[in-house]
Amino acid sequence: MNEKRLFFRDGVRDSIPILFGMAPFGLICGAVCVNAGMPGWAAVGFSTIIYAGASQLAAVQLMTDHASLAVVVLTGLVINARFLMYSASLARHLQGIPLARRSLLAYMLSDQAYALAIARYGRADGASVDRPMYFFGAAFTVWLCYLVGAALGASVGAFIPPSWDLGFAIPLTFIAVVVPAIKDRPSALAALTAGTVACLADGLPYNLGLMAGAVTGILAGYLAERRAQHG
Amino acid sequence: MVDMADYWPVVLCLGLGTFLLRFSFILIVNRVTFPEAVVRMLRFIPASVLPAIIAPAVLLHGADAGPTALARPLAAAVAVLVAWKTRNILVTILGGMGTLWLLRAVL
Repeated sequence: MNEKRLFFRDGVRDSIPILFGMAPFGLICGAVCVNAGMPGWAAVGFSTIIYAGASQLAAVQLMTDHASLAVVVLTGLVINARFLMYSASLARHLQGIPLARRSLLAYMLSDQAYALAIARYGRADGASVDRPMYFFGAAFTVWLCYLVGAALGASVGAFIPPSWDLGFAIPLTFIAVVVPAIKDRPSALAALTAGTVACLADGLPYNLGLMAGAVTGILAGYLAERRAQHG
Repeated sequence: MVDMADYWPVVLCLGLGTFLLRFSFILIVNRVTFPEAVVRMLRFIPASVLPAIIAPAVLLHGADAGPTALARPLAAAVAVLVAWKTRNILVTILGGMGTLWLLRAVL
């Protein structure tokens, strides 16, 4: 086995503990899509092409509410804006490999793959790692596991009775994602403001309530942080 | 129910847009620096967008009528506690769904 394959294998191995959270998340995304009336192929296509669970669930929720296409796409992109930061942070580690490979790695970029790779590169022996190969090993494993989960979810989703209210798993997933992101007073204030404004503005057309909530939340957090720093 | 006429426009636009977000810096491999205010605002995106989806979905849409009206808000509150204690997505979903089903069964 050559050196590069060893780093691929390391990436695969390090991602295994994460799969226990990833497969069920894929499963829920697949099942929610089928439950919302998509055929199985469409549910799997959703996960394959977009490959970003939180934005997929938001898109399904908004499509079920018959929001306009612009709102569905824009909301999904805002939720995925964090990838811009991951991309900026990873770019220099993936330098020097062909464009086609860089685009493949970019497609497979996930929260989990990013976290694994940055942790590995930052370790004491991080400089000796084949960075693209390690990233590929971790990202590919996470990707495969998510899609297998989505396919399973799409095949069982139709048999789940409506009385189970499976759609409630969408806000619950977001709660699980957002609670750890609330680390200090400014982010807690951002969350409270966003939730309150979104409820008050819920009647607005084109789901503008969601946008109003998100924007006021971001501003509230930003201003609170500035205030805390400048006294 | 989702209208399948919306499917391909959503999948293609959201899929391509998300890919471009992921590819952006990996494509140009430059260390571009954002203005500081923008970087500070980026940090609050997850903490704002998600609650703006969660709060109406829990409190307003699809609420039960009658004795189980509080089932969804209470289940969500349990989920917040579980998420805070465990930081585990799956356990949070199971805790919230379990609470919802339990409340609907007993109330």
